[in-house]
Amino acid sequence: MPEINSILQKYPPDQPGDLIPILAEIQDQIGFLSTEAIKKVGEHLKIPTSRIYGLATFYNDFRFQPRGKYHFQVCNGTSCHINLNSMIFKELCKVLEIEEGGVTKNGLFSIERTGCMCLCNNGPVMTVNQKAYFNLTIDKVHEIIHFYMQIENQ
Amino acid sequence: MTTNNSENKDFLINQVLLNESEQYSKEVLDKLSYIRRDKVSHPVITISQNSGSLLIVNSNLHEVINNYLTERNIKAKVVVVGSNGLCSLETFVSIQLPGKTKLLYKNVKDDNIIAVLDGHFNNYIVTDQVFGQYRNKMHEPYENTAYIDEIAYFSNQQRIVLNHCGIIDPTSIDEYIAFGGYKAFVRTLKNYTHEDVCNIVDNSKLRGRGGEGFGTGKKWKITLGAQSDQKYLICNAGETDPGAFMERIFIESDPHKLIEGMAIAAYAIGARKAFIYIESEYDLAIQRLEIAIQKTKEYGILGNDIFGSGFSLDIIIKKGAGAFICGEETALIASIEGRRGHPQPKPPYPATKGLYGFPTVLNNVETLANIPTIIEKGAEWFCSVGNDVSKGTKVFSVSGKVEIIGLIEVEMGTKIRDIIFRTAGGIPNNKKFKAIHIGGPSGGMLGEGQLDSLVDYDSIMLTGTSLGSSGLVVLDEDCCIIDTVKYFMNFLQSESCGICIPCREGTQRMFDILDNISKRPKDENDHSSLLRFKGVMQLENLAEVIKDASLCGFGKRAAIPVLTSLKWFRHEYEDHIFERNCSAGVCQELKTFEINIKTCTGCTLCAKKCPTGAIIGTPKNTHFIVQDRCIGCGICFETCVFNAIISK
Repeated sequence: MPEINSILQKYPPDQPGDLIPILAEIQDQIGFLSTEAIKKVGEHLKIPTSRIYGLATFYNDFRFQPRGKYHFQVCNGTSCHINLNSMIFKELCKVLEIEEGGVTKNGLFSIERTGCMCLCNNGPVMTVNQKAYFNLTIDKVHEIIHFYMQIENQ
Repeated sequence: MTTNNSENKDFLINQVLLNESEQYSKEVLDKLSYIRRDKVSHPVITISQNSGSLLIVNSNLHEVINNYLTERNIKAKVVVVGSNGLCSLETFVSIQLPGKTKLLYKNVKDDNIIAVLDGHFNNYIVTDQVFGQYRNKMHEPYENTAYIDEIAYFSNQQRIVLNHCGIIDPTSIDEYIAFGGYKAFVRTLKNYTHEDVCNIVDNSKLRGRGGEGFGTGKKWKITLGAQSDQKYLICNAGETDPGAFMERIFIESDPHKLIEGMAIAAYAIGARKAFIYIESEYDLAIQRLEIAIQKTKEYGILGNDIFGSGFSLDIIIKKGAGAFICGEETALIASIEGRRGHPQPKPPYPATKGLYGFPTVLNNVETLANIPTIIEKGAEWFCSVGNDVSKGTKVFSVSGKVEIIGLIEVEMGTKIRDIIFRTAGGIPNNKKFKAIHIGGPSGGMLGEGQLDSLVDYDSIMLTGTSLGSSGLVVLDEDCCIIDTVKYFMNFLQSESCGICIPCREGTQRMFDILDNISKRPKDENDHSSLLRFKGVMQLENLAEVIKDASLCGFGKRAAIPVLTSLKWFRHEYEDHIFERNCSAGVCQELKTFEINIKTCTGCTLCAKKCPTGAIIGTPKNTHFIVQDRCIGCGICFETCVFNAIISK
């Protein structure tokens, strides 16, 4: 894994204080924290992998499986909540047959809930790979999923 | 361009920042007004850009404007500015022609920008898009156009923290200096000792804007007095509250103000290293902070031996990894040190033993953003803003069911009613006001009766909550209190760090009880009916225990949403528990279904699908729902093709 090695080279060994930035950088680079990557980090910093898992599972940002090709992020800010985003989220889970944080078997779709996206006047809001969709309704959700499925079928 | 930049740099450092006299010569003032864009030699177009508006237009707007200008050969400067706080009318574009006042357009998108530009450059104003014009006596105003300072949203605010937002280019240090920035820091370095700065801030009676409201000057004095060869300053910009966006928008719009506040604070406590702890998902804010820090280093405002004063400072950005608990001081320190964000029992307080065991001051973004103005205008001036108890202003990020969504900065002592109904324009669609939720997930729910309480630390305390984070969410008659409190509890129980039992187990139990209140019992003998009963009996007791027995501020405050909503909205709880009725119609699982006898054709479809056999009827005759058997799943509602099922 050349990417991980080059990231680790930037950080001095034996400094466990750098753990969070190292993990964040690895995740940016390869999309998730793989078992090999965590083992490598442990060897580099000379700390047990259990400690790295302990830290990584504590923070919400880290994930241990890759995202789908189309990553759905449903805003779960307070404002979107009172605009009934939970219906949108449930519908997404139902149609894609996955749970929060999950990835469809074909690796195409994944869903996640995030904090406020600063688009409160357009709630409920969702982004798909950083493209925003506003004022969602259940029908719109079906249209959006259909749209991405069609792209794939072609 | 580079020569121009370095010319500006020398001018701004030598003639503005290091200028001993407070009076500038006429040439200097003239040059400053050009940098500030008060006077322009070419047309200047500004586009407001924050993380939200970037998602809407995907930053194409800039490209469209540039193409338009090159096609028509118009020599104009395009500047990207931050948000002016009025998020619901983004994107704002302002156009300023030489000799004319600056005109601000709202709701500009890719498809209407050409019309706006075409109109403006041909002396025809697209009035639908106009928001207002900036007051400037030197220039000719537009007729029949409101001034921005007369529009209710701006006229009811007093902006100390947000005064530059939406006006200056957040990536330009020149503009910040031209607006009077970094002058307070240079004055501090030259004229004041560490104690002087602490005294000024202490005299200003500035209190921490993060939650507990501890005196900022007092906190600094403790750290200044601590004997240590290393001290740290940490700015807490980890705004993990899911409903607040104040810190994000402020940093995106005016990062230099935060850096100046931090520089003064670091000098006051004698810290040579300062950290900004910020959420990793705040990409744009981080990017603009990085540029700002790099520019300050180029200008010698940060670095070693700043302007020959012997004071050195380095500011480092530390990205958080998403944990609400890291808003707590000791948990934040643990996170910077590369550990799990577990809080530690206090004392020792971070002010004496903090990051890596050294004395550390932690301040919130808004607290630090007030510092430059306090130094510039003096403690007395700051004391004149606000009421007897609390001084200065408070910024809220107002969202929810309200006409204007965005940042609102009001003087301490303003009525909550005025914020919602005057500044933010009230509730849209003629709906009735129900509640406001103030201070993030662990904040309080206040009702109509508390609308006249004042925004200050003590008055808010009387209602059972505290100012806390900047979030202020407005709920109208279509929102359910139980559902909203349940949402906060769900957030809190998943964010609890799990180290102390009252918080870990208590938040989970409170969520379970609330969840059961918002559901129909499956049958009267089941465990769920026990939980429902417990809900009535125990929720209040449980909340009190969590408040008393938790280790850190997170747990102590976790019960506030439940306690305040029980205090002010007990009738709604009772309605849910005894009547099994959600008046707002939000709690799906409390819904009941009936069959409209006029439209039912007796197709038997619903009866076949009903999982509990609650629908009875013979083919081609009207069906009925046996309410005792119905579990409220709603399958009949979805399957009926004649719309004969009514949900209540």
